[in-house]
Amino acid sequence: MANYFNEKMETMSRDEMAQVQSERLVKMVERAYNNVPLYRERFKESGVEPGDIKSIEDLNKLPFTTKDDLRDTYPFGMFAVPKEELIRIHASSGTTGKQTVVGYTRHDIDVWAESCARALVSIGGTRSDYVHVSYGYGLFTGGLGLHYGAEMLGATAIPVSSGNTKRQVQILKDYGSDIICCTPSYAMFIGETVRDMGIDPKTLKLRAGYFGAEAWTENMRREIEKILDIKAYDIYGLSEIAGPGVSFECWDQTGMHVNEDWFYPEIIDPDTGRVLPDGQYGELVFTCIGKEALPLVRYRTRDISCLSRKPCPCGRTLVKMAKPKGRTDDMLIIRGINVFPSQVEHVLLSLNMDPNYLIVVDRVGTLDTMEVQVEMTQGVISDTVRDIEAMEHKIAAALQSTLNISAKVRLVEPKSLPRSEGKAIRVIDNRDIK
Amino acid sequence: MIQQLSVFIENKKGRLAYITKVLAQAGVDIRAMSVADTSDFGILRLIVDNPDKAIEAIKNEGMAVSLTDVLAVGVHDAPGGLAEAANALWSNGISVEYAYAFMKREKDIAYIILRVDDNERAIKVLRENGISLPEEGDIKD
Repeated sequence: MANYFNEKMETMSRDEMAQVQSERLVKMVERAYNNVPLYRERFKESGVEPGDIKSIEDLNKLPFTTKDDLRDTYPFGMFAVPKEELIRIHASSGTTGKQTVVGYTRHDIDVWAESCARALVSIGGTRSDYVHVSYGYGLFTGGLGLHYGAEMLGATAIPVSSGNTKRQVQILKDYGSDIICCTPSYAMFIGETVRDMGIDPKTLKLRAGYFGAEAWTENMRREIEKILDIKAYDIYGLSEIAGPGVSFECWDQTGMHVNEDWFYPEIIDPDTGRVLPDGQYGELVFTCIGKEALPLVRYRTRDISCLSRKPCPCGRTLVKMAKPKGRTDDMLIIRGINVFPSQVEHVLLSLNMDPNYLIVVDRVGTLDTMEVQVEMTQGVISDTVRDIEAMEHKIAAALQSTLNISAKVRLVEPKSLPRSEGKAIRVIDNRDIK
Repeated sequence: MIQQLSVFIENKKGRLAYITKVLAQAGVDIRAMSVADTSDFGILRLIVDNPDKAIEAIKNEGMAVSLTDVLAVGVHDAPGGLAEAANALWSNGISVEYAYAFMKREKDIAYIILRVDDNERAIKVLRENGISLPEEGDIKD
């Protein structure tokens, strides 16, 4: 069994990789400057010219790109190739505003497909596997990304797409799918359906799954592994950069290898833009050094992660990124500690409580205070004050050990926390800090 | 044993008015009640004529409610009536978590709701001491 899809790229030394990255960056910067008006302007504002970029070391001279830039140039304003060269369009769902549209040349599709093929091989995928793709197919990149990856590997793609879960299970069983790809929440749902249909997961051939496109926890990994009797792996991507496969977990399950010969990662301090060293958490930034249609320069993902170049037992030298632990848009700094609402959510889920909560931050004198209001979960309510107070203490202790910060926990009535347009409000910050 | 509803309510104005109105609209008659309160929240404990109907009405309002088995104890409505029952439980090592009184239109008997740590043993002990334990049906009217 082959260990790597592209052994040369996946195992080269750091020096060789820097060489590859430098060559690709120089070409890409030139293309961006010559073909994208926004970049020409930005480079001029920052006082850089393509000629100043001679190696990957020079990357931090370049300005950042944000999601707003893509929205401001909607739909095709940042494409760097004429439309004759485009062969595919995808778009983000646009849940938080105008959608962002991305384009691909044939080369870009190959890059993306190989990214996914490398991923599949890293978890033991081979040409004889059936790859069951339950991500949605369409403008969303999930479905087609893994689909093309499976085909490039020479495995057999089964384009089930999402929905009709009983049929999904029937296919898993009858076709003998080996690897499944979907969102982690859908994997849980499929697992529950397998159980409800009275099928023993041990009788299924399914042995592994790639799950991504939404945040999930180690707890959830264990649950998916149990309910489907498989190994569950994390895969990361965003349409602006390519789609799923930008980075992927190998069988070691200790962080995701970035396909850094195409997607160069940096971690920056979200406030100052300064590049942070390996091991330090900050905002993840990508430069699409290997792409033609949308050569994004230092694109700010808003995901909070960190990088590691420590040797991996799988033999890949590709840099690893940690599972994103939140988004810069919702990060709170309380008493100097970074707190993500998602962490509170994970704590509640781990205690079998519904994750309906509100974080209220305030400042008393010079000290920040944090109160977490949690809606009482039906079925958890007891008839004694002692039990309810014990539950508050239990939640507080779990928060303390996860967040490293003490919070007052207050249970409130179900459905009493504010919601706007169906979306819950998670944070109220009463601190007046200017 | 009879069933008690425990409803989680925040210590906010109008919550008692609200929940009693919900029960009234559902045609549920309240037989006994007590509130355990802290500075932030309270637990409203209710004995009603129709627990299933009450639970449904409260859940429909999205409130958190649970059922607990408690004992209804009939004691002589005279000095020392309750002491007799409490003593019997205490001397047999049964703890009372909480207790509250119960309205009943009968002459000589006062009813008390008791939440104890061991229902089965409490029932045995109380019976041995000749204390009456009305069942669900006895308190419906």
